[in-house]
Amino acid sequence: MEQRAAALSTRSIKTSSKVLALDKIIELIDLTTLEGADTPGKVRSLATKAIQPDPSDRGTPHVAALCVYGDMVPYAVDALRDFNRSRNGDAIQIAAVATAFPSGRASLEVKCADTAEAVAAGADEIDMVIDRGAFLSGRHEEVFEQIRTVKEACQRPDGSYAHLKVILETGELSTYDNVHKASWLAILAGADFIKTSTGKVVPAATLPMTLLMLEVVRDWYRLTSKRVGVKPAGGIRSSKDAIRYLVAVAETAGEAWLHPSLFRFGASSLLDDVLLQRQRMKTGHYSGPDYVTID
Amino acid sequence: MIACADEKDVDAAVAAARRAYETVWSKLSGTDRGKYLFRIARLIQERSRELAVAESLDNGKPIKESRDVDLPLVAAWFFYYAGWADKLDHAGLGLDPQPLGVTAQVIPWNFPLLMLAWKIAPALTAGNTVVLKPAESTSLTALLFAEIVQQADLPPGVINIITGGGDTGRLLVQHPDVNKVAFTGSTVVGREIARAVAGTQKKLTLELGGKGANIVFDDAPLDQAIEGIVNGIFFNQGHVCCAGSRLLVQEGIHDDVIERLKHRLSTLRLGDPLDKNTDIGAINSAKQLARIEALSSAGEAEGAVRWSVPCRLPPKGYWFPPTLFTGVSTHHAIAREEIFGPVLSVLTFRTPEEAIAKANNTPYGLSAGIWSDKGSRILAVADKLRAGVIWANTFNRFDPASPFGGYKESGYGREGGRHGLLAYLQPRTWTGDGPVGQRGTVKMSSVKPVKPVERSRKAARKA
Amino acid sequence: MSRLMIPKTYKLYLNGAFVRSESGRSYKVSDDNGIFVANVAMASRKDAREAVVAARVAFAGWSGASAYNRGQVLYRIAELMEGRREQFVEEVYRAEGGGKEAAASQVEGAIDTWVWYAGWADKYAQVAGNANPVSGPYFNLSVPEPTGVVATIAGRRPCLLSLVSLIAPALVSGNTVVAFPSQAHPLPALSLSEVLATSDVPKGVVNILSGSPAEIAPWLASHADVNALDLTGAEDLNWIELQMSAAETLKRIIPPETAAWAAWRSLDRILAFTEIKTIWHTKSVI
Repeated sequence: MEQRAAALSTRSIKTSSKVLALDKIIELIDLTTLEGADTPGKVRSLATKAIQPDPSDRGTPHVAALCVYGDMVPYAVDALRDFNRSRNGDAIQIAAVATAFPSGRASLEVKCADTAEAVAAGADEIDMVIDRGAFLSGRHEEVFEQIRTVKEACQRPDGSYAHLKVILETGELSTYDNVHKASWLAILAGADFIKTSTGKVVPAATLPMTLLMLEVVRDWYRLTSKRVGVKPAGGIRSSKDAIRYLVAVAETAGEAWLHPSLFRFGASSLLDDVLLQRQRMKTGHYSGPDYVTID
Repeated sequence: MIACADEKDVDAAVAAARRAYETVWSKLSGTDRGKYLFRIARLIQERSRELAVAESLDNGKPIKESRDVDLPLVAAWFFYYAGWADKLDHAGLGLDPQPLGVTAQVIPWNFPLLMLAWKIAPALTAGNTVVLKPAESTSLTALLFAEIVQQADLPPGVINIITGGGDTGRLLVQHPDVNKVAFTGSTVVGREIARAVAGTQKKLTLELGGKGANIVFDDAPLDQAIEGIVNGIFFNQGHVCCAGSRLLVQEGIHDDVIERLKHRLSTLRLGDPLDKNTDIGAINSAKQLARIEALSSAGEAEGAVRWSVPCRLPPKGYWFPPTLFTGVSTHHAIAREEIFGPVLSVLTFRTPEEAIAKANNTPYGLSAGIWSDKGSRILAVADKLRAGVIWANTFNRFDPASPFGGYKESGYGREGGRHGLLAYLQPRTWTGDGPVGQRGTVKMSSVKPVKPVERSRKAARKA
Repeated sequence: MSRLMIPKTYKLYLNGAFVRSESGRSYKVSDDNGIFVANVAMASRKDAREAVVAARVAFAGWSGASAYNRGQVLYRIAELMEGRREQFVEEVYRAEGGGKEAAASQVEGAIDTWVWYAGWADKYAQVAGNANPVSGPYFNLSVPEPTGVVATIAGRRPCLLSLVSLIAPALVSGNTVVAFPSQAHPLPALSLSEVLATSDVPKGVVNILSGSPAEIAPWLASHADVNALDLTGAEDLNWIELQMSAAETLKRIIPPETAAWAAWRSLDRILAFTEIKTIWHTKSVI
């Protein structure tokens, strides 16, 4: 796994495709703020950045989604309403972490209530955590049931479902075998996306783990012709790293996955580095943090 | 109709300044240079009423400001630097520091006479001669000042004032017989000047744009802060490079501050600049008004909430009502770009660290404000702000004894105080036996530039 | 029987670590007689970019350290150089020729330069700052602060002393540095980085890149996150072009200087890379 990941990392990207790759990364980002200190002001500010990542370049694409805690969903909805109305399908999704994120230590009732509340507030996507304790002590069926039940809680009154991303927390599952098993389990239980990490545990996303998960969704597609998405989250901070992931996606799952509906980066500072590199490609000289807006 | 100086005029002015420098001004004792400056200071005081009216007529700023702020400061600037002329040994450059020679000075339209004083007073006291170009749209008081110079009986050629637009300025700055360039204005032009002097021996100081952050903590003395915020952005219609155009309010007091601000702004009087009760005057030009309007529209389009004082605008002239934008984030253009008008962008923060990070998150670094009742917090925050002038529990204060100038792309060099003097002097190199000549250069004609061939080739290519 | 000596591998000093160029390039360094001495890492523009990032990250800590502490750290560099005096003399001599005595005098000059600047760290602000007597009830103070990340081109003889004479004054106030030593004689500079690495200088504060300044300097001159450009030793480069490029982000610049190295030890060099910050504070009516 590591060797394959390392081999993929040595692919060199030519200038012209690098410009495209940088824009692609932005389009795949779930711009995230998951802090105890989050406020409506912070969420509104991040929403503006989601819409227009670089005020000095109106040609910059918008990100895929804004990822917040459930209680911040109404502010995100409010901040993105006008923009999303004008976009005609090409909207910025609102993702909410739920199910007692990040630990997942709560009763199933609480987890479902957490989920239902975020969906009712207008979340398009739910990022749930699995019960790693249950998984590691071998109660796989319980984990499966929980995912299935949370999926039900994602249902809206009109019968449609919010997209469900299932966070495995690969850093806690620790082995490739566990992650492999958990990936299958999540997909079978109804996950629309499998996601590596909460970002609160070290190590968060790693290329080898992501590669493994990409192989699972590829195999699932071969079996069923259904595509499930993958979201590495946490720890991907540089454009260079992100490009390695893009290569891994293209060469493992296939280029069809290089789309916001099937691949996301869960990140907060990655966007800033992509913007710096973008400015460098545009101006011909290196840029600096003063030219990238902070939240 | 005001004359537009062409190449011949610029040559003549620089030649006159060179002649005056070599034959009179550099030979004069410091005491006598000082006396001339004192004379000028007095004459300005005597004619301050006339100058204030002319300034308001020409620039559009309220008479209250030109009378109570601009003119007193103009006189004070000459008084302050007059006293330095015979004390240059104490300026911090060692004994007998030397002038630079002929200085080319280009100034903006927002404080026409005050900027003239900031430039001319330290240049002359240090023993330099001057060619100054006021802004194209505000040359009137500079020409009145020329008359004062005559009344002071200053030797001919020590001060030369040429009028004209950007082309005239370019000719002046690029003139090969100029030793020092001092410019106040936009960062765009500042860059051009920095490029133009590259490879020459010219010394350069630049005072450029800004996007000043005014940080209001939740323990701030609010009544005082409201006055300071208003003064910070609406002073001189916001035509101030160090304006506090980004208001950073701690989230908890945001609504309270906005309500108080709106209330206070509604009591401001906008109108005839020559009316003594007018608080907000006219926008300086159609071009500037168009820029303010364009950026404000962009702010609205980006989703910020606009509120303008509900007042009637005079039918004639260029007017823009004092305007607040709330719901602004760091990613909005109105929080990034210098508007140079009466438009305040309001942002929020949660912690001091966040306030500092947001305040510094700009290529500019001219000014900042801090409002808090806690002295230790003010000092800690002031330490971390990357800006040349920081006002704590006050804003937009100026004094000839106080250095002013920017970090980063707000320029370099300082104006005002002892530091302002250093921009017009160079040290003399000494050995045990005495001076061994001057470092740098005084006379351009005697200097062999490094790689002259390359320079001219470069210049030709750029042209 | 004489022992077969072990030659040293000379690498870049980047963010506190000794690394090869990311490009994998190296170049030959010869002694004064043209005899091969070592293959030295040849920095790429990406190495320079990484160095700027390291210097920027290090800036807050170094500029935030107490002046007393910075002075001690600079003095410690002198101590460690003194301990490796013979090695430096040998390297300078091999590089420049001109007699052992001249090499020794250069090394001693470099050590003493650290001592001289070390003493300035907690004094320069007193000399360059002011309390300003403004009209009105305000406390008004002007203090110098470091300007930020300084890119330095030292490429000239005396190869060790010139580098030290440019780095030391920039460090006094709290700037961080990305430096290019002499391209032809980089070995003493690279040994200096071993001293820096073991002398309490936090990582990233000084980054030393061997290689071609002519190739890399344009990237530093145009880099928007570099605050200042010291071109003192850049007279052989196309420095006017560099200065024009630096104008885009209004960098502070010291142009090439031809004065004798002794004149470089000056307060001016410290102040050239500082900014005066003036703070106004209201005084209350008692």
